[in-house]
Amino acid sequence: MSEPLLQVSELVQEFTIRDRGGVKAGIVQAVSGVSFSLAAGETLGLVGETGSGKSTLARAVMQLPPPKSGSVRFRGVELVGLRRRQLLQARRHMQMVFQDPFGSLDPRWRVAEIVEEPLVAFKVGGARERRARVRELLEMVGLDPGRYSERRPRELSGGQAQRVAIARALALDPMLIIYDEAVSSLDVLIRAQVLNLLERLRAELHLAYLFIAHDLALVKQVSDRVAVMHLGKLVEVAPSEELYREPLHPYTVALLRSIPSPDPRAPRAPVARTIRGEPPSPLEPPSGCRFRTRCPRAQEICAAQEPPLRELRSGHLAACHFPVSEAAPPNAPGAARATHSPV
Amino acid sequence: MSAEGVAASAGAVGAREPTGEPSGALLAVRDLRVDFHLGRRLVRAVDGLGYEVARARTVALIGESGSGKTVSSRAIIGLLPPSARVSGSIRFEGRELVGLEERQLRRLRGRAIAMIFQDPSRSLNPTMRVGAQIVEAIRLHRDISAQAAHERAVELMELVRLPAARARFRAYPHQLSGGMRQRVMIAIALAADPQLLIADEATTALDVTTQAQIMELLLELQQRLGMAIILISHDLGLAASYAHEVVVMYAGRAVERAPTDKLFAEVRMPYTRALLDAIPRLENPCHTPLPAVPGQPPDLAAQPRGCPFAPRCPRASERCRREAPPFVEHERAHLWACWHPLGVGEGR
Repeated sequence: MSEPLLQVSELVQEFTIRDRGGVKAGIVQAVSGVSFSLAAGETLGLVGETGSGKSTLARAVMQLPPPKSGSVRFRGVELVGLRRRQLLQARRHMQMVFQDPFGSLDPRWRVAEIVEEPLVAFKVGGARERRARVRELLEMVGLDPGRYSERRPRELSGGQAQRVAIARALALDPMLIIYDEAVSSLDVLIRAQVLNLLERLRAELHLAYLFIAHDLALVKQVSDRVAVMHLGKLVEVAPSEELYREPLHPYTVALLRSIPSPDPRAPRAPVARTIRGEPPSPLEPPSGCRFRTRCPRAQEICAAQEPPLRELRSGHLAACHFPVSEAAPPNAPGAARATHSPV
Repeated sequence: MSAEGVAASAGAVGAREPTGEPSGALLAVRDLRVDFHLGRRLVRAVDGLGYEVARARTVALIGESGSGKTVSSRAIIGLLPPSARVSGSIRFEGRELVGLEERQLRRLRGRAIAMIFQDPSRSLNPTMRVGAQIVEAIRLHRDISAQAAHERAVELMELVRLPAARARFRAYPHQLSGGMRQRVMIAIALAADPQLLIADEATTALDVTTQAQIMELLLELQQRLGMAIILISHDLGLAASYAHEVVVMYAGRAVERAPTDKLFAEVRMPYTRALLDAIPRLENPCHTPLPAVPGQPPDLAAQPRGCPFAPRCPRASERCRREAPPFVEHERAHLWACWHPLGVGEGR
């Protein structure tokens, strides 16, 4: 098998937390040994709650900043440890789009200048070719160049600004685009427009996406595979359909149950039965499985041994000592206790 | 309670009430208008809104940014900037709130009517321990000893399920997670035993699991305390799961309103349908395109003459662009504003 487009192995990212006086208060391991791969043209969705480390993971992939340890191979090139100039070249075909488009667009620049900027930075074509390319890019994201080229970011709506950010990300013919909550702050109808745009671009340009969001239904909409992250670790990775149909990790089950259904006749499962309390502090993660303090299925072994992420079904990985199965439905943890006795 | 007062104010645009509604509503909003004068521009943020909330019931106001859902609910407690001009009628327990003096509104605010917001960290004092902030809220409304207020604060913290309430009493807001801070805000809101709680996107910034926990808490508190809730959200899914009645707003107006089950079973207004269709569904196979309507909401300072949704509506006709459809009760308890409503089961 040929090498995937992106191969992330044992990635670790840490931050030092300091007190007000500047004294080191502790180290947060925001990403703890994460591995995954992404094929050309594939979309991997990454979901998790606030503080799960999903944005830190995305930034570590981009080397913004470089990770503490681990490996990121993109198109066969190891990015970790590259010098700045080599890194810029290697990263040319990897782009990122952020949640707040206004925060990532320079308010003084015009739309055409913003989209042209990467072409100038990488010295692509002459002035006339670049102008033609900018027009083409704006059309690709559904913005009429005649109407929008000369506007500044504050003259755009949130959806339009995000389209500009996408056009800029497309300028250098990327193979991979990382979206970090890129549609999360848009209104429902505008969000649907932008999601459809992302899907069309992916198909037309054969792009690979790493799509990060906290909204599971949204992630499912666009992803071929989905990875679920909890407190710095991946707890489940599976083909999109399978993850939603047959989740194996109790945390995934809890996330799925928490989504309010737009159908009032849908039974509302009390979340209290599938998850307890709040995520533990990343400063002092629990021993063993980091989900065990909130998990209805936790046993003694969960505190003693960390469950490895292993392939339980073809292409379906989960890190759990007592994965959810049809024999033991998620709302009947007693059944699991009866069948799995702790070692 | 004055049911007469509520009935007497009826008759204006948007004031036709569903006949099945109990007339002794706790809150009755009628023909509410909120205008902002920004320089020479007149922005009509709320235009003829009407709805009722009964005790122990939840009404959801649903809409996108700029739909007027937040402005209209802030008008209820007089939390609008001086440039706002409020007209129409807001009756709470039969008492007219529009035109009430600031001093009188302030007495209602936080007592009979409480509000919680999206970002609890902005509403909490960062330099004050959370327990002290709850005590302050209690003593603002009740003349009781410090000791009794302290006990009551711990009770409230337990009521909103703050883990280790007694220990958390001395915590500062920054030492709590977003979900816990929102629980503190709810405890402060409950300090005066409000009859109406307005929750303005109160769970939007929270994770789904925390959102579900907070919503379950609010429902449980409603059942125990008989409190009415106005749930303001952009999320129709949240309304479907937690509200008794839904008011869908667009460009400052109510465009559809019905009991939750009825609304979702028989959507009539194309805008409501568009909102529902734009929500990604777990049941859909991945890579299914979402039925998306083009365009964006109108500029509130330059609204089109006819139906505000007409420029984006797949069913719009010449009449829609000329003449705004009235918001009236077409079926029992089901109001909508549309010349070309969807048939039952249509447009699915």
